[in-house]
Amino acid sequence: MYLNANNISFSYRKNKPILKNISISIPDNKVIGLMGDSGSGKSTLCKVISGYLNNYTGTITIDNELIDKTGYCPAQLIFQHPEKTMNPKWKMHKVLSESWNPPQELKDTFGLKEGWMNRWPSELSGGELQRFSILRALNPNTKFIIADEISTMLDTVTQVQIWDSLIDYCKKNKIGILAVSHDKELLEVIADNIVLFNDINKL
Amino acid sequence: MSEELLSVKNVSISFTQYVQGLNQHELKVISDLSLDVKKGEVVAILGSSGSGKSLLAHAILGILPENGTCEGDICYKNEVLTQQKKEAIRGKEICLIPQSVNFLDPLMKVKEQAIGDVKGEEREEALRKQREIFSKYGLAEEVDDLYPFELSGGMARKVLLSTALLSNPELVVADEPTPGLDEKSVKETIMDIKNLKEEGKGVLLITHDINVALEIADRIAIFYSGFVIEINKTENFADTGKLLHPYTKSLIEALPRNGFKLTEGVQPLEEVPGCVYYDNCPIKSDFCKENRPNLIKCGDAMIRCHNYDKEVK
Amino acid sequence: MSKVSFLNPLNSMNLRQKTLLLIVIIVLVLITIFISSYSIDTTNMVTNFALRNQAPSFEHLFGTDWLGRDMFSRTIKGLGLSIMIGAIASILSSFVAMIMAFISSINKYGDLVMSWLIDFFSSIPHLLLLIMISLCLGKGAWGVIIGVAFTHWTSLARVLRVEIKEINTSEFVNLARKLGKGNLWVAKEHILPLVVTQIVVGTLLIFPHAIMHEASITFLGFGLSPHEPAIGIILSESMKYLTMGDWWLAFFPGAALLVVVLLFDILGEEIEKLLDPTKAQK
Repeated sequence: MYLNANNISFSYRKNKPILKNISISIPDNKVIGLMGDSGSGKSTLCKVISGYLNNYTGTITIDNELIDKTGYCPAQLIFQHPEKTMNPKWKMHKVLSESWNPPQELKDTFGLKEGWMNRWPSELSGGELQRFSILRALNPNTKFIIADEISTMLDTVTQVQIWDSLIDYCKKNKIGILAVSHDKELLEVIADNIVLFNDINKL
Repeated sequence: MSEELLSVKNVSISFTQYVQGLNQHELKVISDLSLDVKKGEVVAILGSSGSGKSLLAHAILGILPENGTCEGDICYKNEVLTQQKKEAIRGKEICLIPQSVNFLDPLMKVKEQAIGDVKGEEREEALRKQREIFSKYGLAEEVDDLYPFELSGGMARKVLLSTALLSNPELVVADEPTPGLDEKSVKETIMDIKNLKEEGKGVLLITHDINVALEIADRIAIFYSGFVIEINKTENFADTGKLLHPYTKSLIEALPRNGFKLTEGVQPLEEVPGCVYYDNCPIKSDFCKENRPNLIKCGDAMIRCHNYDKEVK
Repeated sequence: MSKVSFLNPLNSMNLRQKTLLLIVIIVLVLITIFISSYSIDTTNMVTNFALRNQAPSFEHLFGTDWLGRDMFSRTIKGLGLSIMIGAIASILSSFVAMIMAFISSINKYGDLVMSWLIDFFSSIPHLLLLIMISLCLGKGAWGVIIGVAFTHWTSLARVLRVEIKEINTSEFVNLARKLGKGNLWVAKEHILPLVVTQIVVGTLLIFPHAIMHEASITFLGFGLSPHEPAIGIILSESMKYLTMGDWWLAFFPGAALLVVVLLFDILGEEIEKLLDPTKAQK
């Protein structure tokens, strides 16, 4: 299974394109690393692929079928700042169950402690919240993970832990990953192929 | 050159919060932190984001929120800083480079904020000085009249930096100066901070980015679950054998270039009676469970561990 | 320290406990007024010319009027009516605000119409609009209630509109939609818990305005009918006797109304303190 983005162009303002004729293909058994500077439009591409921005030109398909713009999106985006993706008035167990109720062993794999479940998002650190947002994205309907700088704000120990569990789970369950980062060293370790953003963005 | 500028002794910062209705609860964010910054030295505090390390910066400048309390002594040039003293010297001798442009007034032009509230002849002088510093950091004259939201990430960082340096402070506290910047701006920021050091200023750098810390700092303090567990010279971080605390070692070994080594375990959420790293520690003994280690001297370094000098079995 | 706090328990309480205590006291006072207005002994209120125009005394705390009715009983009765009308009007008003905010969150055009309506309603002087609505509906209790409800929703609607806009563009709502959640679900689970504070506080803060406006249009003769024991009626009747030196006829009912209005105002602010986590962690 492949996720294909074909000839994607996008601009926030008229005549100021930020993405131009981008094509990228993500297989379901690989980690594709996408490298580029901050501010270059990587995040915009992530948002386009995972359906957050809609007025783009080009097509996004999974196995040659266009992704449905309503309903559950099979390409799930994980953000850099997990705290913004959680309702501050929800406790963590509700945050997680908004997507699905993962089995206990999966929670253990991702290091989610039982004691965290009854906490508010404001009571947990960035690394702890990011574990929740990753597990939340791994709903059985997810076919692809778009990871936008998900470990940039974390310490190196946590960075290894979350990438290790995420890649392990995705390889086993045939979920493709687009790992977006400015950190070349990181991508060299985790990605099967690395794509340079400036090479595919034909501005 | 080794004159002590800032020394922080056994500082704890806690917040009172309401838990479940009417009960107040003391939430300790920073516990027993000791640290010093000398002239011409960059000291980095490295800790994960959201762990509360910025609060130390706020405590030094006396801008903690009302429900926060700070125990212990913060000394500047061997003199204990009281709240009045902090208010007197902040913005003059100690300056903060804040985390983001959100710390600027969105309705005020950049130059007005930089010089502050001065009138008459002093204003001319202040504006001239501001222009001088701004051009030193490569900010063109047009920038003076921009509003904060019109600044790009790198430019904003430079505005914050040059505003902080306007009064020629001796100690600069830089709170997360690099995130969200492109590679070029990060390099420039690093250069700017290195230059400060050359000028003999002391810099306290608060960051989560280990690469930035390794690049600029002379010494690095590792912050774990509210405690500083090790303070060591930066050159020692090149060789894990010279590091003392097991967590510091795993931090370095987890770097992609050093093998991306996996270490299990998460920081504890609740306060623990013994060592904070007990659950994850490879060299723990039963003693560590109930007894909290203090930050002790070991050569040039400081370490908070009972067993650091014992062989790993 | 412990000795001091023993002598003065207020010192040992934290802000939240003090706030709660204040709220409880105010609510008790208001409930007492409300209940006593319905259970009050009406024998004091029958016409008794033998007792007409008596100055305040221990027997008649607020004095008596030109028909010999006890002013204290009348005032309490009037306050009860005021609270009742204020309650219905402000609840109705916040419903209007919620509906308007909901319309504005549907799409661009809904928002446009809503903003225009808010501007329109706030550009006309409250009292004028109130009188018009009340007159159209044939005065009386319903005229006043609907009048107040349809003039006081704008500020709350404005707050809710901005709040909902912000929540709707937040990352967690966008993410919920990508998890396949529908509009209704988002409104119920994400938006409602975040605006409930504003709704409760907004409703309470409409209360004092509602009571004041009810009293003023009744005073002007466009509100409740003269048979009702409303404060506005009492005040307008007392006008005739003020020149004769019967000051208590206007002073006590007026002051009592002011106290009730202030109590509601304080109540709203204190509850806001309690519900808003960013305020007062002391």
